Amino acid sequence: MRMLDVSGLHVRLGGKEIVKNAAFSVDEGGWLMIVGPNGAGKSTIVNAVSQGVPYEGTIAFRGRDVRTYKPHELARHVGVLSQNHSVGYAFSVEEVVRLGRYAYAPGVFSRRTDADEAAVADALALTGLTELAAQSVLTLSGGELQRAFLAQLFAQDPEVLILDEPTNHLDLVYQKQAFSLIEQWRQKPGRAVVSVVHDLSLALAYGKSAVLMDRGGVAASGSVREVLTAERLRAVYGMDVKDWMQTMLRQWDDL
Amino acid sequence: MKQVNRKRGDSFSPLVYLVFAAVMLLTLVLCVSVGSVAIPFGETASVIADALLGREAPQTTAASIILSSRLPRVLCVALTGASLAICGAAMQGLLKNPLADGSTLGVASGASLGAVTAIAFGITFPALPFAGTMVMAMLFAFVSIVVILSLAYKLDYSLSTNSIILIGVIYSMFASSLLSLIITFSGDKLHSITFWTMGSLAGTSYRNALVLLLALVLCGGVLLGLSRELNAFAVGEDNARHVGVNVRAVRLSVLIAVSALIGVCVSIGGCIGFVGLVTPHIVRMITGPNHARLLPATLFGGSTFLMLCDLAARMVANPLQLPIGVVTSLIGAVVFIVIFYRSGRASA
Repeated sequence: MRMLDVSGLHVRLGGKEIVKNAAFSVDEGGWLMIVGPNGAGKSTIVNAVSQGVPYEGTIAFRGRDVRTYKPHELARHVGVLSQNHSVGYAFSVEEVVRLGRYAYAPGVFSRRTDADEAAVADALALTGLTELAAQSVLTLSGGELQRAFLAQLFAQDPEVLILDEPTNHLDLVYQKQAFSLIEQWRQKPGRAVVSVVHDLSLALAYGKSAVLMDRGGVAASGSVREVLTAERLRAVYGMDVKDWMQTMLRQWDDL
Repeated sequence: MKQVNRKRGDSFSPLVYLVFAAVMLLTLVLCVSVGSVAIPFGETASVIADALLGREAPQTTAASIILSSRLPRVLCVALTGASLAICGAAMQGLLKNPLADGSTLGVASGASLGAVTAIAFGITFPALPFAGTMVMAMLFAFVSIVVILSLAYKLDYSLSTNSIILIGVIYSMFASSLLSLIITFSGDKLHSITFWTMGSLAGTSYRNALVLLLALVLCGGVLLGLSRELNAFAVGEDNARHVGVNVRAVRLSVLIAVSALIGVCVSIGGCIGFVGLVTPHIVRMITGPNHARLLPATLFGGSTFLMLCDLAARMVANPLQLPIGVVTSLIGAVVFIVIFYRSGRASA
């Protein structure tokens, strides 16, 4: 079953074409990795899917154009985690996670339901934040803060997760933690993940399929192993990526 | 644990509201009873209670001072304080910016310019013959917000504190100079420049209070209804969009409600600065940033704060009366610097 289908996507910002004719799709149970060098338009694609920038082309969720959804309806199906968070006020972790339930009761007079309470409690437990629920988000470390927003996303309970460099700037322990949480989440039926990643090893480890972006266009797409080949990466990055990765890895051999 | 959560909820228990209301009412009675002619607290309370219950007022000097001069003024002060404070709180949430306020963003100066333009050029609206000043003030307030925000977006997409305040200050100076220009050339048709830049609620009537009350119920109601959306904006506009908030619609509703309310306040009391900046800050220290608690609490906090400021304006240099904006700006400027210094250090 096709979950998310993007075709003929163009994004222009300030007179410059950032994304040119991008196309990709992800099926149920899939994990699509969007990779490519800086400035290839990866994050812009995420912003287009979340309706944050104007775009041309079609983005469809389960065959229906996402523009025809109301914002709260779309949020029940598609959830987005961005790479940086700076919260301005001292909201508690629980208050931030609870915002994930907004999509289920957007009106003025809506009351909290048992389903909301259960979803928030589960999301906090899953991300190991139950103890920190009452703490102010201003006092959290970078990893904990990102985990709080991941918990918000789990509480939102969408069918497709869109992640924009979810573990950028975070230490390895958290990186591993976050990716295994998302992997667990993906394995339930009716779900799929699309993520932008910098780290090509992560893409190889977790991705099912991949899109390689080059200066706004799609250079290659298909299964991860077809896309991340030595020749393709050399053409896009202008260096021998595979050789470099292996050299880096060999340093650990004699430790 | 779950039980506790459900019980706590987002909003206050009725008891907390009772406490807030009691403090506000006590302040109100205090402000009515203190003045150049001091009237005992008990007598003030009984005169107000009699009037409220529709009983025949006793024909004493005290009663006539209270009912015809002090009460309408204090009511207007309380309503203006509540209005400006909730506007400040809503804008600070919407823009995720703790220094946002009608006066720091230049919205209040814009509204003053609108009101002055309406009076000086005799602009009226056929449908609303008496409300030309007010409508122009609201219109100019809205246009000001839109201009300031679009300039700020162009300069810095993240709407960081510094750039938005900078543009607000520049806009404010621009509007104030136009204001002074119009006043200088318009002879005695207008209130003094001091009225429009410092504000004053001396000589306001019950009719003014009624208009303020209507505006507050309407616009304040809209803002209170958007508390959860404002929470999402205060966490971050991108996050608000991701959790499913209709970002454009909410932003437009908040801006319209805020500019309408500020417009009404300015057309009645002139430009009273810093109430909307200071009150939400003090209140946030007690309630936390959740708008479901913050917004209702700022209503009470703002009215109490401005009534006390008005009391100071009346009493400090008695028998002279200071413009109320002098008092709020004195307090506000100091608090502004403290917040700016603190938030600067936090982000550094």
